[in-house]
Amino acid sequence: MQANVGVAASTMAQEARAHRDARHDRLFSWLLKGCALLVLACLLGAAGATLWGGRHAFSTFGWHFLVSDAWDPSTDTYGALVPVYGTIATSLIALLIAVPVSFGIALYLSEVAPPWLRTPVASAIELLAGIPSIIYGMWGLFIFAPFFADHIKPWLTNYLGGKPDDGKLSWVAQHVPFVGKLFGSDYPFGASVLTAGIVLAVMIIPFISSVMREVFQTVPSRLKESAYALGSSTWEVSWDIVLPYTRSAVIGGIFLGLGRALGETMAVTFVLGNAMQLSPSLLDPGASIASTIANQFSEAAGLQKSTLMALAFLLFVVTFIVLLIARLMLRQLAHKEGR
Amino acid sequence: MSSSSFLYTRRRITNLVALSLSMVATLIGLIFLAWILWETLRQGIGALNLNLFTKITAYGEEGGLLNAMVGSLIIDFIGIAVATPIGVMAGTWLAEYANRTSLGQSIRFLNDILLSAPSIVLGLFVYTIVVLPTTTLTSGNTTFSGLAGGIALALIALPVIVRTTDEMLRLVPSTLREAALSLGIPQWKLTLQILVRAARSGIITGVLLALARISGETAPLLFTAFGNNYMTFNPMDKMSSLPQVIYQYANDPGEAMHAIAWAGAFVVTMFVLLLSLASRLVLSRNKVSHD
Repeated sequence: MQANVGVAASTMAQEARAHRDARHDRLFSWLLKGCALLVLACLLGAAGATLWGGRHAFSTFGWHFLVSDAWDPSTDTYGALVPVYGTIATSLIALLIAVPVSFGIALYLSEVAPPWLRTPVASAIELLAGIPSIIYGMWGLFIFAPFFADHIKPWLTNYLGGKPDDGKLSWVAQHVPFVGKLFGSDYPFGASVLTAGIVLAVMIIPFISSVMREVFQTVPSRLKESAYALGSSTWEVSWDIVLPYTRSAVIGGIFLGLGRALGETMAVTFVLGNAMQLSPSLLDPGASIASTIANQFSEAAGLQKSTLMALAFLLFVVTFIVLLIARLMLRQLAHKEGR
Repeated sequence: MSSSSFLYTRRRITNLVALSLSMVATLIGLIFLAWILWETLRQGIGALNLNLFTKITAYGEEGGLLNAMVGSLIIDFIGIAVATPIGVMAGTWLAEYANRTSLGQSIRFLNDILLSAPSIVLGLFVYTIVVLPTTTLTSGNTTFSGLAGGIALALIALPVIVRTTDEMLRLVPSTLREAALSLGIPQWKLTLQILVRAARSGIITGVLLALARISGETAPLLFTAFGNNYMTFNPMDKMSSLPQVIYQYANDPGEAMHAIAWAGAFVVTMFVLLLSLASRLVLSRNKVSHD
């Protein structure tokens, strides 16, 4: 009798405890899930908040907003063309420079360099990614832009540009279309679309090269060894075996860099010159979406503020799509590996 | 025979040129790194003096960066304090509860996108959800605050912490989970007392990396914390931060202001580099102790 009661009591206690544990487990998993959903909420919220803030600009200017190069606070007319052009131009220049350099770095570090050198050099390149963008901005404004204006720009305007100092057009400017316009400029300072593109390139090189290096190392060595056994050179193995095998991830890495370049604010703001003008020359100052927001948002009101929000929405959507493509491309290789 | 030896020579030359170019590319990367670090060191150390750490920005050229440093510490602390619990919990959910579910996969995927999302847009988001509502509450005085800045930085730190927590927890061997569960331990206890402990140094690394990332962030602070000229410890007040003062001073025409900006840049760079070094040390120490 006594024993039965004891057993019943302990079973009840056990059941109560099991119930309590189950309840706690449920609460705990809800709490964790809620936190994870916050990540989702951040993305949706950022898109929603900028769309909501930009609704006046979108409804006032309509589709014309995207193709208008107007930017006049005195008459309250704004168009997105100048900052959108600046964003795309600087990012494309950055990619044009960063992609071959990053490929070279990844190639050197995965195939060429002696093993003892690989880790230190790779960490050094990755250190570039850790430097805050404001430092790139300071360096760009005070060191690189003057250097560019003194040494690189005169060469470009004289040998490629349509407005050389001595008035004599070079052969290239005369015979190759567009080049004269791209490198012709009367503007004497170093801040320009090209300068911003170069600084951006330095910023995204570590991202692209570390992705490339990582995926190059995933290439099965029997593939490479087979090619070497057939007499291929290191370059042929890299170009004909490694690169095709990792193509999707390499493109993913490039898009990752593009996503970074599109949204980069401080470094670009310092060296782009912040002129709300549309100039065909890469040596003239310009404006990007992010630099326009950074420069004008604090003092803006009314329609101008709404326009800046609308620009932020455009930037966010475009970056989102670019990064989406990047991650999908990078995932393909992971699937191939069976991860 | 001669054509094949010509082909052979051409292939060898192509190979040599390509490999030399790859070396040049690496040198270009290293030169830029050295150039940036060298100038930051040279200009920064040249401008260092005691005033920087003892005077506030109100004195301009004669002043220092004390309030900006204090502001940076407070804002970064708020950012990490908000992002760490949320990020660790979200990362735990991804690794332990939703590793293979479609919702988990999508959130992990979107978290990676948030990781490289433009910080200035996140700043505008926080402006909309924190600064604007409090402005309405206080009848129109724009209420930029250190708290809003901290929340903006938390949004930037969050995906870093989520990702490292997720990755580190997935590295914990599943025998550990099975052993604990077979003893009848509820899952929440297993998670908090065993798994998070096993992955602790990895999670700390993530937090340090996140701190390194946000301590150099400028863009989102421009319209959340805004900046000020006086000393304040009140997170509800406008607050200046080192990157924001650097930005402001660098755009100032005065040479003396540039020097202060360089000194600030030096302090920020050293802080960030030491943090990333520390995070590596934490991780390597962990590896040794587990092997």
